[in-house]
Amino acid sequence: MSVSLKAKIAEVFEEPGCDKNVAKSDKERKKGCTKQLNPGAAAGGCAFDGAKIALQPIADVAHLVHGPIACEGNSWDNRHSASSHSQIYRTGFTTDINELDVIYGGEKRLFKSIREILEKYDPPAVFVYQTCVTALVGDDIEAVCQRASEKFGKPIIPVNAPGFAGPKNLGNKLGAEALLDYVIGTMEPEFTTPYDINIIGEYNLVGELWQVKPLLDALGIRILSCISGDGRYEEVASAHRARVNMMVCSKSMINIATKMEQRWGIPYFEGSFYGIGDMSETLRMIAKLLVQTGAPDDLLDRTERLIEVEEARAWKRIAEYKQKLAGKRVLLITGGVKSWSVVAALQEGGMEIVGTSVKKSTKEDKEKLKDILGDGADAHMIDDMTPREMYAMLRDARADIMLSGGRSQFVALKARMPWLDINQERHHAYAGYEGMVDLVREISRAIFNPVWQQVRIPAPWGEA
Amino acid sequence: MANVVETKKACSVNPLKMSQPLGASLAFLGLDACMPVMHGSQGCTSFGLVLLVRHFKEAIPLQTTAMNEVTSIMGGYDNIEAALLNIHKRANPKVIAICSTGLTETKGDDVDGFIATVRKRKPELAETEIVYVSTPDYVGGFEDGYAHAVTAIVKTLVKPLPVQADQVTLLPGSHLTPGDIDELREIIESFGLRAVVLPDISGSLDGHIPPDWRGTTIGGTPLEDIRAAGASALTIGVGEQTREAALALQEIAGTPLEIFDRLLGLEVNDRLLQRLSAISGKPVPAKYRRQRSQLLDAMLDGHFYTGGVKVAIAAEPDLLLAVGSLLHEMGAELTTCISTTKSASHALLPAEQVMLGDLEDLEKGAADCDLLITHAHGRQASERLGKPLLRIGFPVFDRIGNAHKRMVGYRGTMDFIFEFANTMLANMGHHHASDWPLTPEALRAASTHPFIPTDLAEASV
Repeated sequence: MSVSLKAKIAEVFEEPGCDKNVAKSDKERKKGCTKQLNPGAAAGGCAFDGAKIALQPIADVAHLVHGPIACEGNSWDNRHSASSHSQIYRTGFTTDINELDVIYGGEKRLFKSIREILEKYDPPAVFVYQTCVTALVGDDIEAVCQRASEKFGKPIIPVNAPGFAGPKNLGNKLGAEALLDYVIGTMEPEFTTPYDINIIGEYNLVGELWQVKPLLDALGIRILSCISGDGRYEEVASAHRARVNMMVCSKSMINIATKMEQRWGIPYFEGSFYGIGDMSETLRMIAKLLVQTGAPDDLLDRTERLIEVEEARAWKRIAEYKQKLAGKRVLLITGGVKSWSVVAALQEGGMEIVGTSVKKSTKEDKEKLKDILGDGADAHMIDDMTPREMYAMLRDARADIMLSGGRSQFVALKARMPWLDINQERHHAYAGYEGMVDLVREISRAIFNPVWQQVRIPAPWGEA
Repeated sequence: MANVVETKKACSVNPLKMSQPLGASLAFLGLDACMPVMHGSQGCTSFGLVLLVRHFKEAIPLQTTAMNEVTSIMGGYDNIEAALLNIHKRANPKVIAICSTGLTETKGDDVDGFIATVRKRKPELAETEIVYVSTPDYVGGFEDGYAHAVTAIVKTLVKPLPVQADQVTLLPGSHLTPGDIDELREIIESFGLRAVVLPDISGSLDGHIPPDWRGTTIGGTPLEDIRAAGASALTIGVGEQTREAALALQEIAGTPLEIFDRLLGLEVNDRLLQRLSAISGKPVPAKYRRQRSQLLDAMLDGHFYTGGVKVAIAAEPDLLLAVGSLLHEMGAELTTCISTTKSASHALLPAEQVMLGDLEDLEKGAADCDLLITHAHGRQASERLGKPLLRIGFPVFDRIGNAHKRMVGYRGTMDFIFEFANTMLANMGHHHASDWPLTPEALRAASTHPFIPTDLAEASV
């Protein structure tokens, strides 16, 4: 691993915005916060995956993966991050290095690849992703990118997050570091307003940003830049002129928020678009911070009035399901922020949480979860549940539905129990007031589908 | 026949190719009670896993040795040992099948040596078979990884046995679906023969509901059957990619082999049935005589929609050969053929040229074609060009039922012809009144007036 990458990783572990980190002794902090992975019992993406997830939603940029075919060939165009403009982010670009590149180095191929992309597709910038093999053979992507930027007069951004550096979460942060080092603050917006905000860590999966944007539009709040959902290079580059930063999705890109505060004095807060109460709280926080930073204070009243109207409408629509769903038991297997933000939403729909995973949650996430779940919260917080245990729980009907990511869906389906996708591969959007109504409707649809009765009919000849 | 050219580009755009370890993992998923493992960073496994899940809509047991930068540089022995012990403890599979990745191959881990050491140090693994195949990401592709993995299974587990005259080994290529394997097994068994299928994803990835949750594969070739392959009277391979493993079987057990370069089409299936009839001494069952006749009729009904149609195909070598050859036999023109890696199959393809390239090359070459044929990633090109896409191969993540799609035998050939023809029918354009303008000369000649209105003359140029 290059010296610069090592320093970078140490830097992202030194996180003033992370309570867990601040509470550690110097010695502990040096070790970093990445848990050692357990060979033969690990699941989840690598640092490269994390960096790509964080940055690929910048839609008008070409994302070039420097490595062997596995890294891009096995993974491209696999997320439903939506764009309202360019589609080039969905194009898979890779140097697809061969044996000779491994022996002689792949820098020349990388440089040529950048040139080909600029000639054929003319994007405003190219992001170049480092991978394990090219890192191991010592390809210096920073140097190649710098040379290419000079030669072609366009920003060529190195993203140094090879897979073996660590897990997905670290990759999110290393991706964010690339934006801090090379992108944010390099351009100026055409104009600014006292209502300019950045949304950080929102990837616009299945267009969820668009469930929230109309609310902000109605209040006259401008999303100067969303990092990175539905993003444009130019917007991210001029994000430093925003008045307020909102950080979504727990800690995945907290370093952007803390460093923008240090460099440009932009205050930030952590909010969520999931759940009615959370959505309202988020709007209030945005309004409050904007007013504190100089926006006219009628924004506060307008925000309250909008919240009142929207909440009333959402509650009315959810009430239609509440009776049906009251007492339905939900097993929630997801990570981090969703463990608490979705729990609140489900409780709004009258459902009972019989278990929620906290494997990927931070200490803070767990505290929030305890507040929401109330008494006996510990019993429902599952640290690490094996698929076999999940299966048994569903098979014994100790839960009525499982909400999880795509990988564990078959645990539920093979137990012939309802399942709903709430991770990145889902096809439904669940953000904002609209999204919560949709989530409750989808849960209802899943639980009350008559197919569950059908598939549980025993074969007349006595076999399953 | 086809001339193979390699792309001159430095940058692959919209890759057609997937990696060797992913292909190897698919092969391992066809073994019963097996846990495939990629020796690499956890991302290698994660990407492969997600893609397999999205295609098969099944739980996929696939593990990782979770290498990090330190273990990559120092060597992965400890990770291999830990992975083997953890998997043994948690899932207790009968077979643990390891493939290497670009990362561990760049370092040069001696995995065979590691396994020998683990064997000595950890007697608790004595009951577990361990198969290893070397599959660097930066060499070859999915099909190659699969081929090498099947060979590794054979070399590790098959021993010579006294020949059973009524048993054949079937080596399906990586392009065959669980539905294809079921079809071929049914054909072979209809001659009173027993088929050892290696590997057999029809047992593990066919989408059945097992009675209990298993952390390993939920079906596939049982260990006893793999070993029993040493007694087969014949090896039948489907696709050139199976030759390597068939030759290994010949070397180990002396089994004669016959490789069918494809089983999509009329004549190739005639040949398969003849061969099975010859070794079993039984006539071709009436069922298949009937199916042959049905296929002939399907070819007659279908040829209206294949004749003269220009197609752009991108697929791995053996699948490209199968689909390309059938379409050629039905009058289609193979205008653009893109493939991933070198293969003996390309020499048989009835096209002028095969380019080893990507889906950008397909998109470019498809400009004058009537339709595109490739995996699901062709959807972007299809949208941009406004031309229909026929999805074949792996991955097809935006359609369900992939496991049960059938493209072998008379019936599978018929299914494919119908699908192709229906795609053409669904996208048949309608003609407009202005589709057939006369030339300016014709208009002038026909005119009773000395002057042709200029806008009309211009419009018809």
